[in-house]
Amino acid sequence: MLQDKDRIYKNLYGQHSWKLKAARARGAWDGTKEMIARGHDAINDEVKASGLRGRGGAGFPTGLKWSFMPKQSDGRPSYLAVNADESEPGTCKDRDIMRHDPHLLIEGALLAAFAMRAHTSYIYIRGEFIAEREILQAAIDEAYDAKLIGKNNINGWDFELYVHHGAGAYICGEETALLESLEGKKGQPRLKPPFPANCGLYGAPTTVNNVETISSVPDILRRGATWYASLGRPNNTGIKLYCISGHVNTPCVVEEEMGVPLRELIDHYGGGVRGGWDNLLAVIPGGSSVPCIPASEANDLPMDFDSLKAVNTALGTGGVIVMDKSTDMIAAIARLSYFYKHESCGQCTPCREGTGWMWRVLERMVKGEAEKSEIDMLLDVTHQVEGHTICALGDAAAWPVQGLIRHFRHVIEERIDAQATKPIPASVPVAAE
Amino acid sequence: MSVRLAVEQPEGFAFTPANLEWAKTQIKKYPEGRQASAVLSLLWRAQEQIGGWLPEPALRYIADMLDMAYIRVYELVTFYTMFNLVPVGRYYVQVCGTTPCMLGGAEDIKDACRKHIGEKDHVSDDGMFSWTEVECLGACVNAPMAQINKYYYEDLTPKNFESILKRLRAGEDVEPGPQDGRQTSAPAGGPNTLTDPALYANDPSGPEPGSAGTTVMASEAKRPASKHEKGPR
Repeated sequence: MLQDKDRIYKNLYGQHSWKLKAARARGAWDGTKEMIARGHDAINDEVKASGLRGRGGAGFPTGLKWSFMPKQSDGRPSYLAVNADESEPGTCKDRDIMRHDPHLLIEGALLAAFAMRAHTSYIYIRGEFIAEREILQAAIDEAYDAKLIGKNNINGWDFELYVHHGAGAYICGEETALLESLEGKKGQPRLKPPFPANCGLYGAPTTVNNVETISSVPDILRRGATWYASLGRPNNTGIKLYCISGHVNTPCVVEEEMGVPLRELIDHYGGGVRGGWDNLLAVIPGGSSVPCIPASEANDLPMDFDSLKAVNTALGTGGVIVMDKSTDMIAAIARLSYFYKHESCGQCTPCREGTGWMWRVLERMVKGEAEKSEIDMLLDVTHQVEGHTICALGDAAAWPVQGLIRHFRHVIEERIDAQATKPIPASVPVAAE
Repeated sequence: MSVRLAVEQPEGFAFTPANLEWAKTQIKKYPEGRQASAVLSLLWRAQEQIGGWLPEPALRYIADMLDMAYIRVYELVTFYTMFNLVPVGRYYVQVCGTTPCMLGGAEDIKDACRKHIGEKDHVSDDGMFSWTEVECLGACVNAPMAQINKYYYEDLTPKNFESILKRLRAGEDVEPGPQDGRQTSAPAGGPNTLTDPALYANDPSGPEPGSAGTTVMASEAKRPASKHEKGPR
């Protein structure tokens, strides 16, 4: 269990002020100048050694990602884009960083930009976070006033930091859609390659990092890669913010060590499953895009990248959605399918058509108005969407449905059997409507 | 969210002088020739100035200001769901309906909306309210929740939600955030982490007075531009 002394987010719940003076008293902006004096590559190497993997969902090694940026400019500027478009159902961690500890993010952005030889950074925050955006902007103003960032700042690396807001589009959390949106276009993902590190914002080298990733950088550098790597286990090091939502007694956001057992998260922080552990039906362990797992697999499952992969799901964003036995699993996943249908950018046919198709079939399955053969047809369609689109939204739409069929096929079948004994409604919509 | 322009359109649109000044600071955030990057923030400010929706003259005004083709702006306001092309109530209630909120009882909140406001996407007779269902607003541990104009109202029950609507209708300000008395995203009853006083030995500060304040959308437009929202270069 993570001890208080090892925590990065000391103001996670806003018990104290987010302002510069208080943030400094909690350790932010301490020794930033000395860290920058160590040089670009030393910082990059330290982050590599810490084992930090991206906290936005994909878990790509952060230090490695940074090292793709050019060391010599060919005349184009380099950019850092911070992904604060937090919209994954089940996830609300970046919001707490931005409204309660924004200076960790600002300091991290300076250090990350310096490591990548970038002088400009944009924080792309989702449009709905209006109050959070105002706090973040006020904190940036404070940092400018204290000459911590800006031209000729006291830390020794010229750095401009801007807040840019979206206007309601989940897809803008995909890194190339985010860049499109930053350029004032519809957020439709770009084909890769070229990757953003070669050709990103305005055609210039760009790295996109999640808020949690960036805001953990100052503490990693201050306390050392060895400290960070001592938490968790190899390839899954460090600290993570987990969001525990759904049918628990005390839903909350909490900072814990990577690999914390799922049951400990739910029982110790979430106050236990509503009605007791035996009332647990299923858990979606990493935000809506990952397959659910049944209660039988949930018990002492370590919450890290590799352990969750081993049970055919993923850590994703760390958004733990808990469902007790009162949950209609088909309806819960059908609602997620509606989400992906709503949020598909419409660019690739498998996703644009497939998300709506999967949702409509699932809505019928909620009522049991389907044929059993359609379960395999639905599974087949998820595989036709998965991996056949420009970005991962197609995969994200397919996986929850695959998880449902993998673990709860019997529920769908029972519902169909129950409905079959009732009179057939006047018009049954066909699957391919 | 809407995808068709309103039938009745005003004659024209222009930013107030204060908003025009602010718009210039936004454009300067981006490199020369990349002024289109400011389009979302300008559209949003225009929507705030008008009171929650975007008429066609505003789209053309902003397209001209940023040297963009009209269609490039039209396609944005139908792509991004926060833009409304038809008028909304003075209080625009957006109920999150995605799975974590659904598990927490979002259906009951939607029912309360139907009862106290009316049909989805229709402005109430007194012009005070309209409501819609939106996708995940990113406050899942405080489910169910709704955004009313600028702010998030969290940990809703039909009872406390009805009381919010009543008080807003009566012209009162209602404090945003969790409605069950807990502190932001901490577990109800207080956190069992961050209890070591040594963490705060040098930080005597208490909670910052929250983002609470007036909930009237028009007040946003009066806010002066942040002094550092000026250009690079």
